[in-house]
Amino acid sequence: MITRRPLLLAALAAPSLARAQTAQRTLRFIPQGNLANIDPVWSTTVIARNHGLMIYDQLFGLGADFQPRHQMAQGHEVSADGLTWRISLRPGLKFHDGAPVRSADCIASILRWSKRDVLGLRLNALLEEARAESDTTFTLRLKRPWPGLAWALGKPSANICAIMPERVARTDPFKQIEDYTGSGPFIFRPAQWVPGSLAVYERFADYIPRQEPSDFLAGGKPVNFDRVEWRVMPDPATAAGALLNNEADWWETPLPDLLPRLRRNREIEIDVINTAGNLGVLRFNHLQAPFDNPAVRRALLPAVDQRAFMQAAYGEDPALWRIPAGAFTPGTPLANDAGLEVLTSPRSIEAAQKALRESGYAGQKVAMMTPTDLANINALSEVAADLMRRIGFNVELQATDWGTAIQRRANRNLPDQGGWSAFCTTWEGLDTSVPGSHQPLRGNGLEGWAGWSTSPAREALREDWFNATTLAEERGIAERLQRLTWQEAPFVPLGQGRPPQAWRRSLSGLVKGGPALFWNLRKA
Amino acid sequence: MFAYIIRRILATIPVMAVVALFVFSLLYIAPGDPAAVIAGDQATPADVERIRQSLGLDRPYLVRFGEWVWNILNGDMGVSIFTNLPVTTMIKQRVEPTLSLMVLTLILAVSIAVPMGVVAAWKHGTWIDRCVMGFAVLGFSVPVFVVGYVLAYIFALELDWLPVQGYTAFKEGFFPWLENLVLPAIALGGVYIALIARITRATMLEVLQQDYIRTARAKGVGQRSILFLHALKNAAVPIVTVIGIGMALLIGGAVVTESVFAIPGLGRLTVDAILRRDYPVIQGVVLLFSFVYVLVNLLIDLLYTLFDPRIRY
Repeated sequence: MITRRPLLLAALAAPSLARAQTAQRTLRFIPQGNLANIDPVWSTTVIARNHGLMIYDQLFGLGADFQPRHQMAQGHEVSADGLTWRISLRPGLKFHDGAPVRSADCIASILRWSKRDVLGLRLNALLEEARAESDTTFTLRLKRPWPGLAWALGKPSANICAIMPERVARTDPFKQIEDYTGSGPFIFRPAQWVPGSLAVYERFADYIPRQEPSDFLAGGKPVNFDRVEWRVMPDPATAAGALLNNEADWWETPLPDLLPRLRRNREIEIDVINTAGNLGVLRFNHLQAPFDNPAVRRALLPAVDQRAFMQAAYGEDPALWRIPAGAFTPGTPLANDAGLEVLTSPRSIEAAQKALRESGYAGQKVAMMTPTDLANINALSEVAADLMRRIGFNVELQATDWGTAIQRRANRNLPDQGGWSAFCTTWEGLDTSVPGSHQPLRGNGLEGWAGWSTSPAREALREDWFNATTLAEERGIAERLQRLTWQEAPFVPLGQGRPPQAWRRSLSGLVKGGPALFWNLRKA
Repeated sequence: MFAYIIRRILATIPVMAVVALFVFSLLYIAPGDPAAVIAGDQATPADVERIRQSLGLDRPYLVRFGEWVWNILNGDMGVSIFTNLPVTTMIKQRVEPTLSLMVLTLILAVSIAVPMGVVAAWKHGTWIDRCVMGFAVLGFSVPVFVVGYVLAYIFALELDWLPVQGYTAFKEGFFPWLENLVLPAIALGGVYIALIARITRATMLEVLQQDYIRTARAKGVGQRSILFLHALKNAAVPIVTVIGIGMALLIGGAVVTESVFAIPGLGRLTVDAILRRDYPVIQGVVLLFSFVYVLVNLLIDLLYTLFDPRIRY
């Protein structure tokens, strides 16, 4: 017989059960920063890229071995002369508005991307014609062969080649899109977006994942949450508190100082998800003294202690960084140890001082910028400035904020006229894993990245890499490029940071490899 | 009185114009370039220039200022360079949390600080007075973020009574709203309580020396009536003035408090916009804060007439 009491208790328990079920189907994620703009082709920020990977799919996706696999593409054929790529789409692909994904959408998306991304620009220069053969098949005809095109189209670092509806992809690449209809496993809800606080995504019910297991950005992308909330928390202590207090499930960038506190809690797991991490870089201004002199730049090398840089930026735990790091991201296919003894032999300030004396350095001021609002980069800058002082450079560490630093970096004048001499930064490890997107390695002078290093030899090797057809060939080029790096010193690698992520143990199935990905995850 | 209010409201126009000119000029000459921030690390100078042109940042100062003012007069504060959202939308999203925090802090601060100041003046020179003054010194000395962290550690992490962060809209219910705001309001209120308590004490001490208080005592009026009806009313004008001036403290403190407790308010919006050089947002928010400040001070001026009938406008 049913009495009133159990019924009453059941009625009282019903709302909390419903809340628990909703909580189980909602993932609360604390991203590394504010999602300030949401066009992954217009913006170069990592966070806009992460957002892009949620709501857009790509034609190709990289596996955990960093090799491209078909994603939206069903298959592709390359003509015997290597000039024509014929790509066919998986059947049944849909955009968030229900419209089918057509060749015309893919072509428009590729063309927009090709105006902004570093590898896209390569395609832009090589592209003879892009033509839709049918709604599900299109061809890209090139002026010269480019074996790495699939890699470029599946490039996981900013800017990604996100497939958008044609009407959206026709937007000027230098203007933001205003229609967020995507092709990926999540739908972005702009009405609930509060920049600096909250971004909401919902599962796209009509998304058809591949049948293979999840493999970084390749394979299946099964979604087990109805809703994902990005809750922006600029204060690390607050984010730690939220994770500890079960107000968040996953924190992308826990501060090294707070890791011991998090580790004491049995409900929290900490591990490195982004195995590519990022590469610390000391960059010089090649146009102005003293670093216009390669001998002055090389003088630093005998004293550079990557351990000191990594400990300052990422803490004492050696699991959170990797040394030695050469010109390419450690752990990626092109990382090698060609000439690496430059950084691994016993460190010597005296040797660096001697090299500096012999370089012809005349005591010119070294204006070193440091953005104090970015803790890791600030730490790298302080270690670099201290090292330079000990070697004998006349260093002035100039504290500023990122917004000012990035503007000032464009100034090619002398430090006294608003210019600069050196700065430290970090590059996403995925970017510095291959010569094509490795900006610090480039030698294209005034057309290139801040620092304006000119090196026809490095540019020629980069071109060779684009034309390489085998991994062995690519590795040979990477070794030659690394040896050139020690000779010409366009930058100094400072080590690979592997910032850990922290999440509650109720969460499982995190996809390792690079950025935070939201498929394959489950919450107990 | 009505004419006075109209005059004061009209007087805000030149004030706002000066603020607008000042903010716009300051941002114009300040270092930092949103186009460079948008373009990112990989950009060539040509890319940055193209973005600058697409944002209209390459146009002359006067053209940009004139256009901005014209748009403001038409109720359009512009569009955020980064989010591509109208500034008014971004402000609307953020007004409720900040307003809630400030109102709750104000209520909390006044209801604690005024009795504290009155009691300290009444018990002048005793341990109670010293305790109140000690608290005031502490309130001034300890930064808001330190108080915030300590409160969050004790009441959220250790005792699990309140959430660490976030904001729940008032429409979701009074208690969820309050639950999220208690700790931030206490943290933000510390310095405000200290300020009001000190002023209340000082003013009350002066009033309690007046002849009419002695007369009231001689007539046998009770202590409570003397303190709260006779003395406090006459001490109210400077106290209310400080409450008004203290709004600037609250606005400044809200920036820090909202960051510590991850409250999506106007303070955080301002900081984010400044760091990114999102000019339209900075201009819009600063203009709004200035307007609110002017309005609060007008309200304070009007409140004077309630406390002191000799004041007439």
